[in-house]
Amino acid sequence: MSIEILSAGFSTTVQDPGRRGFAALGVSLAGAADAYSLRIGNLLVGNDETAAGLEISLLGPTLRFVGATRIAITGASIDAQCEGQALAGWRAIDLPAGAELRLGNCVRGARSYVSVLGGVQTPLVLGSRATDLRGGLGGMEGRALRRGDQLPTAPRINLAVTRLHVHPRWVNPLPDLDLANPTRLRVLPGSDELVRGQSLADHAWTVDPRNNRQGVGLNGPHLAAADTKDRVSEPVMPGTIQLPPDGRPIILGVDAQTVGGYPRIAHVIRADWPRLAQLRAGDVLAFLAVDYSQADAAWRAQRARIERISLALTVAIGN
Amino acid sequence: MPETTPAISRLGDSALLLHWSIGALDVRNAQVHRVAAALQQVRPAWLQDLVPAYASLALIIDSAFDAVTLDTAEQWLMDNLPAALAAQHTNRNQRLIEIPVCYEPPFAPDLSDIASACGMPIEEVITRHCTPIYRVAMLGFAPGFPYLMGLDPALAMARLPTPRTRVAAGSVGIGGNQTGIYPCLSAGGWRLLGRTPLTLFDPLRDPPSLLLAGDELRFLAVDRACFDAPSI
Repeated sequence: MSIEILSAGFSTTVQDPGRRGFAALGVSLAGAADAYSLRIGNLLVGNDETAAGLEISLLGPTLRFVGATRIAITGASIDAQCEGQALAGWRAIDLPAGAELRLGNCVRGARSYVSVLGGVQTPLVLGSRATDLRGGLGGMEGRALRRGDQLPTAPRINLAVTRLHVHPRWVNPLPDLDLANPTRLRVLPGSDELVRGQSLADHAWTVDPRNNRQGVGLNGPHLAAADTKDRVSEPVMPGTIQLPPDGRPIILGVDAQTVGGYPRIAHVIRADWPRLAQLRAGDVLAFLAVDYSQADAAWRAQRARIERISLALTVAIGN
Repeated sequence: MPETTPAISRLGDSALLLHWSIGALDVRNAQVHRVAAALQQVRPAWLQDLVPAYASLALIIDSAFDAVTLDTAEQWLMDNLPAALAAQHTNRNQRLIEIPVCYEPPFAPDLSDIASACGMPIEEVITRHCTPIYRVAMLGFAPGFPYLMGLDPALAMARLPTPRTRVAAGSVGIGGNQTGIYPCLSAGGWRLLGRTPLTLFDPLRDPPSLLLAGDELRFLAVDRACFDAPSI
């Protein structure tokens, strides 16, 4: 089985949960920016939670599925059509052999995910199929997909599907993925304080057009770190909020470098990384300061909800 | 040499950070590598990454391990740090790796600018660049990119005001008081003075990176014929 890329969209990549264990060599995490949505997509089609799927940014591709299969579309709400029928997200969809899936604009949010039964089977590179665009690793030759690419998927599938069928059961991603605008991100303190009287949480911020998988630039009042002396680079993480000398904060994403030299003024908690991934130019966001016990509780609650979804779908699909 | 105790802090809710603030940077960096090597020996399954930097070391927790919280990870670190600080040697033998570099056109677009800014002949820039034994302080920026300590201060050069959009793989550059090698085609603002034919990062190799943090390194000037020879 394979997927043929008839048109590529704005930036469509193969992603899984990311490349772990090589950060000491300067290798970014990469992987799905909104790993929650990819995970739920995998559960909907009956895959292992860590299977690879497609990440779509802003404008989707047109895909042709060579054999019959089951897919799910999660993440940002996106215009999706097959055989002239509009397709809803967050549910399993059976496709007959040769089906063409046309994905248009992301309507709310920035990144949608297409999961396919058995997962996308591009080769593992350093233990992951994730595309690291900056490092040129994984996915299809380390790059975004192009028209004419053929993506291998699991060969074992022998699904008796003769017509398009959208399953009625669906997953509600709230509250873990809330595509409301304005959105809010919960933050923990960074190692650098701002000058007296300034706070990230005091203002609304607007997402700059310069944003990608590496980072999201923010527009708002100019901030200043209390300590501006030159410093040597230190480790950073996805979710780390850096403050360059121009005073405009940058939230690092999954393709961010492993080390950085700017002051770290805060960190977005990992339960809110899915929301972070869905920000697009012009979106408004606010920060809410939390403590470590609140961050831990938020993470545990999200994990518990995923577990419940997994259990419910296992019963429903019967596998 | 007595070890100074690093401060423990947190990088958000999925990593811890050790930070050394006292002493010369090269001494602190050596401590980072000793502690990283010692912790590596007792590394639990939940410890996804140990990331050394100049004077700090991140410990990233694998989010798949539900039972491990920042508190339990920090307790593990406090339990294991004293022995790691007491470790006198890394288990890995100190490596000295020679990197052949061709300092000729077209690989050295900024070499004459460096020479005139430093007020010395091009040959002296090359000699001064090849003389020190450098230390790989850390890998970062791109997979396998070594940040090297030990540059002759006379060669320190400000970065380009506007970074190049395309710097070829193997390019050797100077940025501030650091020198480094671009492992893959990328954008970059360092001043370029040569190129190595070696492949710094290959995901199919084990380990994928030619250089590891803590390695020692020396540049060896080679001519174009040597650069082009298939044996290197």
